[in-house]
Amino acid sequence: MRVPEAVAKIEIACTVNGKPRRFRAWPMERLLDVLRRELKLTGTKEGCGEGECGACSVLLDGALVNSCLVPAAQAGGSEIRTIEGLADGEQLAAIQEAFVSCGGAQCGICTPGMVMAAAALLDRHPQPNEEQIRSGLSGNLCRCTGYMKIFEAVVRACQAGGVRR
Amino acid sequence: MRAYVPAYELRTPASIEEALAWMAREPGVWQPFAGGTDLMVLLEAGKLAHRRFLNIEKLPELRGVAVASEHVTLGALTTYTEIQRHPILFAEFPLLCRAAEETGSVATQNRGTLGGNIANASPAADSPPALLVYDAELELVSSAGPRWEPYNGFHTGYKKMQMRPDELIARIHLPRTKQGWAQHYRKVGARKAQAISKVCFAAAAQIERREIHDLRLAFASVAPTVIRAAAAESALRGRRVTREVIAAAREALLHDIAPIDDIRSTARYRLRVAQNLLEDFLQCLPS
Repeated sequence: MRVPEAVAKIEIACTVNGKPRRFRAWPMERLLDVLRRELKLTGTKEGCGEGECGACSVLLDGALVNSCLVPAAQAGGSEIRTIEGLADGEQLAAIQEAFVSCGGAQCGICTPGMVMAAAALLDRHPQPNEEQIRSGLSGNLCRCTGYMKIFEAVVRACQAGGVRR
Repeated sequence: MRAYVPAYELRTPASIEEALAWMAREPGVWQPFAGGTDLMVLLEAGKLAHRRFLNIEKLPELRGVAVASEHVTLGALTTYTEIQRHPILFAEFPLLCRAAEETGSVATQNRGTLGGNIANASPAADSPPALLVYDAELELVSSAGPRWEPYNGFHTGYKKMQMRPDELIARIHLPRTKQGWAQHYRKVGARKAQAISKVCFAAAAQIERREIHDLRLAFASVAPTVIRAAAAESALRGRRVTREVIAAAREALLHDIAPIDDIRSTARYRLRVAQNLLEDFLQCLPS
């Protein structure tokens, strides 16, 4: 089979975890792949690759998105926050601490996406009720915890002062 | 098999005029690309047939919700999240807000657009039944100028639309005429979050002197396109809701819908559920 002709790579400039970054990418390359390969931010995971599981969740201009469904060309000029951008050096954010202390992370594959979804939820609803927690995390699948410990982690993070301490 | 990503082009036009000029120069070659929640899934599955796309996501002419005295006009790029958070849409177009809330996940709602949902033309889409109930009209634009098309009848067959390859959906126009109507929305899927519907139903009825003076009934996932249930509407218009009228409407609905067996459900189940959803709505009407 003949390999189709490639288009030109494009230059993309954006802010990732507060730092300006520039890289070259194919226009339709997934933001997920760019983050992991070009920027070496491997905290963001690939699960289903079709927007069903939320493992690749990041914040794009403050909004939760599945990075497997964002083409690189649409990341230009945006502000991206990944799981690596939540902690302050070695100091975990309150939401991360809460996941650790509540046992909200087991195998860990869903955890970065789950934490980013929780962070987006707490940005909008600093004191979410149970329904808001369930709906805010409903796009993130976990096959280990049964979700209850994750919900507890969100509640504990609110008591500890939200996303950041 | 995954697509060969370097072969796909995604250009960002500086203005809507530039986007339309590209589409006019080579009709059918350049396709609009907005939130990507449908197209990126196809790309990953190796099923994205088109190779050249125009990134319209940030074009200001296609964004925003404008409220006028007689109607509300949504830019085609209005996301499901923006729909849910808009106070006038929330107050007057609750079916659309419910549909937006039940589409995909939070992440999908942040990226997916109403115009994209229409252009993707899935017979299982969640917002089109609400748009049919609200008598939506679409503004289609091209280098030749704008034109308006009623949304009812816009989809002419599976993934077929009354839209030329050089046209783009620019705006969705909703007349503010359904205040005071009893309104109802119900999506039936395998689970609450993230599901694609087995049957989706939106309805509104205007009750006067205990009669159904006027009504709209619309379904998704029961035909090759989303549909208005015209026969069931006729069986109910001008009638009081009695057991006999409900039975007649259930029977008439069989002429409106043509569900199939597929991975999500069976024709038999969909038929019965569609009838039950209709009856549910009628039973809940104020008498």
